Amino acid sequence: MPIVDYLADPFQYDFMKRALVEVILMGAVTGAIGAFVVLRGLSFIGDALAHAIFPGVVIAFLLGQGIFFGALIFGILTSVMIGVLATNQRVKEDSAIGVLFAGTFALGIVLISSSKNFTRDLASFLFGNVLGVTTNDIMLSAIAGVIVIVLIIAFYRELLITSFDRGAAQAMGLPVLALDLLLLIMISLTIVVSLRAVGNILVVAMLVTPAATARLLTDRLPVMIALAAAIGVVSGIIGLYVSYYNDVAAGGTIVLSATAIFGLAWLFAPEHGYVMTHVIQRRLAGGIPETTILFESPEIQQPHES
Amino acid sequence: MTLAPVAHEDCLVIRDLTVAYGRKVVLKGVQADIRRGQVVGVVGPNGGGKSTLLKAILGMVPLVGGSVHLFGRPATQMRAHIAYVPQKEEVDWQFPVTVHDVVMMGRYPHSGWLRRNNGKDRRIADEVLARVDMLEYGGTQIGQLSGGQQQRVFIARALAQEADVLLLDEPMNGIDASTQDVILRVIEEQKDAGRIVILATHDLVSASCACDCLCCVNERMVSYGPLAETYTTENLAATYGGPLIMLGRAGVPEPVHTHHHGGEHAHHSHDHAGSERN
Repeated sequence: MPIVDYLADPFQYDFMKRALVEVILMGAVTGAIGAFVVLRGLSFIGDALAHAIFPGVVIAFLLGQGIFFGALIFGILTSVMIGVLATNQRVKEDSAIGVLFAGTFALGIVLISSSKNFTRDLASFLFGNVLGVTTNDIMLSAIAGVIVIVLIIAFYRELLITSFDRGAAQAMGLPVLALDLLLLIMISLTIVVSLRAVGNILVVAMLVTPAATARLLTDRLPVMIALAAAIGVVSGIIGLYVSYYNDVAAGGTIVLSATAIFGLAWLFAPEHGYVMTHVIQRRLAGGIPETTILFESPEIQQPHES
Repeated sequence: MTLAPVAHEDCLVIRDLTVAYGRKVVLKGVQADIRRGQVVGVVGPNGGGKSTLLKAILGMVPLVGGSVHLFGRPATQMRAHIAYVPQKEEVDWQFPVTVHDVVMMGRYPHSGWLRRNNGKDRRIADEVLARVDMLEYGGTQIGQLSGGQQQRVFIARALAQEADVLLLDEPMNGIDASTQDVILRVIEEQKDAGRIVILATHDLVSASCACDCLCCVNERMVSYGPLAETYTTENLAATYGGPLIMLGRAGVPEPVHTHHHGGEHAHHSHDHAGSERN
């Protein structure tokens, strides 16, 4: 089959067109917000939020309402509860997160087990069902996605300063706790965007993997955000093709595509990849006399104080 | 020393400041009036509350008692006027930002929510980078810098804020001699410009060189006053809670290497950075 046909063939079906739009939206938004998730070490919180919004999704689904607002309400409630529970000094933040996300997830399971199509519904929430997205789903994803991107642009400097140097941000009078909550709400919105494409369990991969890949490729935050978004989109598209031609679950192939791209970057990134840092630099260092290296270092360091 | 009333127009006024983490009081009884153009060294043993005092001035830790006023207003309302250089260890140096990006963060209080940095901000960022001899590193990712260069970037960020008060937390830790000269030069410039500098350090020699007053803390304020009154054997022994051998006499800081009596080793182990100078 010619390459053009190979690429165009899936999209003779409307459900595939809708799936394509959905994964592009999802990839761009998860990648962009993922940059902050990765830089602030929020992978665990991202995973927890994804699980915690599950009962919200189920309740909205059972009531016949859009899952969007159900998910959002639980996302915000959980973000606030993590902060509240952790104010007890005996409960560390990661414990608070662990308690909440397992508890809320269990609530979701109990609720959905009352549904007649228990297994099928559960599977579509947990693992996504991108081939089943409706135009309405796409509209909601687009709105949520635009909100997240606009918030990133509007609060870029605030998010940058609080992520890089929390102490200085506080000292400048930035409302760091409010900004933390804003970021958690943005992550919740992003998770809602991703539910249809990759489902509840795998969404953390889309929050972390493209951004972690971008981190290996650049030293500039704006570039990292753009690259992460691009990698998210590319992973989504590749995953969709692999799923179509092999008749396997799209949620899984999308995440595997992202994982493969991460693996390539980890090995071959121009400055921070394994090959460059371990193989080539070692060879270069072998060829240059040590005195030259010393001479070229910008400043000879005093030994650190103990 | 007589203490001025709280609403003192030209001072940083600290009254009965007490800080606790949970139920444990970590610092209490701090009293100080710091005028424009004064450089105050906060000295004391590790864990004695030096960093805590700076954070309390900034309102970053909750006060359980007392108050901090700057130019007659509560310091928490004056944060844009206070620049803070935290300890280097408190940030992730692999973070994907350049030297110039970090310095621009110091301009934030001048622009506020939703506003972009403009040409003036960029010009000031270049100016302050030049003042710490780091202009040529503007486009460098901060993780590529040496410890001393990183400290200079932090200082430049604080200078970019053009604040009336500069708080430095252990700026002499793990740096090279040229960075130490830059820091001392910056302190001198700030002093001449009529700004307040507060320097937390365990390096008594650089404190005695750079400061007009010392604030000695060890879980409580032991003493506060001009160098001549506080840089004394008795006072510092009281602060550090043990036998501490002094080298210079009150108010006359002398280079360490000119002294060769028995106490030199004890002193050296306490501050290596100061001994590199002169």
